[in-house]
Amino acid sequence: MDIQMKSVSHFYGSTEVLRDISIDIPTGKVVCLVGPSGCGKSTLLRFIGGLERPTQGEVLQLGEPPEGSLNPLTYVFQDFALLPWRSVRGNISLVLEDHGIRGEKANRIIQDVLARTKLSDFENALPKQLSGGMKQRVAIARALAVKPAVMLMDEPLSALDAQTRELLMDDLVALWTRQPFTAVYVTHNLAEAVRLGHKVVVLSRRPGRVREVVEIDTPLTERTTGDPELEKVQNKLWNLMRDEARAADEELVNV
Amino acid sequence: MSDATANAGVQRPVAYRGGGFAPSPRRWVGFVVFAVLVVLAEWGTRSGWISPLTLPKPSDVLDTFGDLYKSGLLFQHLVPSLSRLFMGALIGISLGVVIGILIGLFSYVRAGMVPVVAAIFPIPKIALLPLFVIWFGIGEGSKYALIAFGTFTPTVVATYGAVDNVDRTLIRMGQSFGLSWWSIVRKIVLPGAMPGILSGLRISLAIAIILLVAAEMLGAEFGIGAYILEAGSLYDLERLFAGVVILSVLGVFVSVAVGLVERRLLGWRT
Repeated sequence: MDIQMKSVSHFYGSTEVLRDISIDIPTGKVVCLVGPSGCGKSTLLRFIGGLERPTQGEVLQLGEPPEGSLNPLTYVFQDFALLPWRSVRGNISLVLEDHGIRGEKANRIIQDVLARTKLSDFENALPKQLSGGMKQRVAIARALAVKPAVMLMDEPLSALDAQTRELLMDDLVALWTRQPFTAVYVTHNLAEAVRLGHKVVVLSRRPGRVREVVEIDTPLTERTTGDPELEKVQNKLWNLMRDEARAADEELVNV
Repeated sequence: MSDATANAGVQRPVAYRGGGFAPSPRRWVGFVVFAVLVVLAEWGTRSGWISPLTLPKPSDVLDTFGDLYKSGLLFQHLVPSLSRLFMGALIGISLGVVIGILIGLFSYVRAGMVPVVAAIFPIPKIALLPLFVIWFGIGEGSKYALIAFGTFTPTVVATYGAVDNVDRTLIRMGQSFGLSWWSIVRKIVLPGAMPGILSGLRISLAIAIILLVAAEMLGAEFGIGAYILEAGSLYDLERLFAGVVILSVLGVFVSVAVGLVERRLLGWRT
């Protein structure tokens, strides 16, 4: 299932936040959205997830979601959004219960996603007992449990420290390699974008427009930190963004 | 440092100025304070420093309490009071939680009910006792109504505040996974509001105990409240205090019970 955004524009009151955005999200690819803070990246993601409606333009779903997909458009949130009163297992079963999946069938799915995110030993832990990285892995496990057609990741690593971030990036690459998934990945971290994105969309500051789309052909598994090719791409992205970021930063003072 | 030589010989530890502002449990202090107060009263009344008209002797109060227990009157007073407390609080709190959640969830209910609750809250419920007697009769009905009415408003206010404080990202999460409205309310809003509802419960139950005495002002032969009021009108301070102590102990029990429920239901809190 592909996602296509057709000339999406959006206003909050009289403030224009997004202008004429068209992006294609092809099946099995990770598309990264980068841009200075306040450029509307997260808003764009909410449009794709159906949590908000754009003022103009439309978001299209091309083709049917794969068989057995319980929740085709599934979020991974920056602050994990785990229910603190439910165990790891309970947090995953939460999203299955409404689809009538209980008992043995639910158990199979839960065991499978916990194994894929290396959480099998923590099934009964409460979120408060877990580190930030583990919490985000639970959130990813929860997302995988509903067999999404497209994962919508809203700065999933931004609340984590640098080391955990590296580890989780490796985990995400491993997950993707084992079973390629489609994802829209919003971040302000260019290192994450060049590490995980097949396609990086650079947005300008408010009102957000598509500045440039950069395709990265190196397979995900062959990308390492310090790869000169990737460094070059990252530098290019940074050059595209630097002035925008500075301007956006100064703009906030006047808001 | 450049002027290290100038400071040679002056050596002292850095003054400590951190710490404090972090209350930690000190179980025995409460008992000590309580015991000291009782001992002080006993000593004062015995030595004549406190006149028996000002304060009854704690040991006399204890004797009165012993008589009350031995004569079997204690339970004759306690049972009806507890059942009034239970029924009244049950009605008031369950209605309060339901209305509070509705206020938290629906803008129209909020717009309609919040001013009504604000108008009801400051009414001294005791003043309405005659009205309740007319509405619900002189029997148990008016007593339940008074306690229910008194516990209703604080419960509503605590509940809708608690619902307002439920983390919105958790609700968005529920929506993004396609959970039904009812599932979101049951599995996210309600447990998320539970800490606030339970701390409201503490206040409501304390108010219920206060109102118990008021409820038993009219048409009650037995009950702790009736017992206290009767002793009060006769200026029988020993019995008055015995009754008051029963209410205090009741309050402590209720608070401990809520604490146990909190520990059971809110173990997930950090």
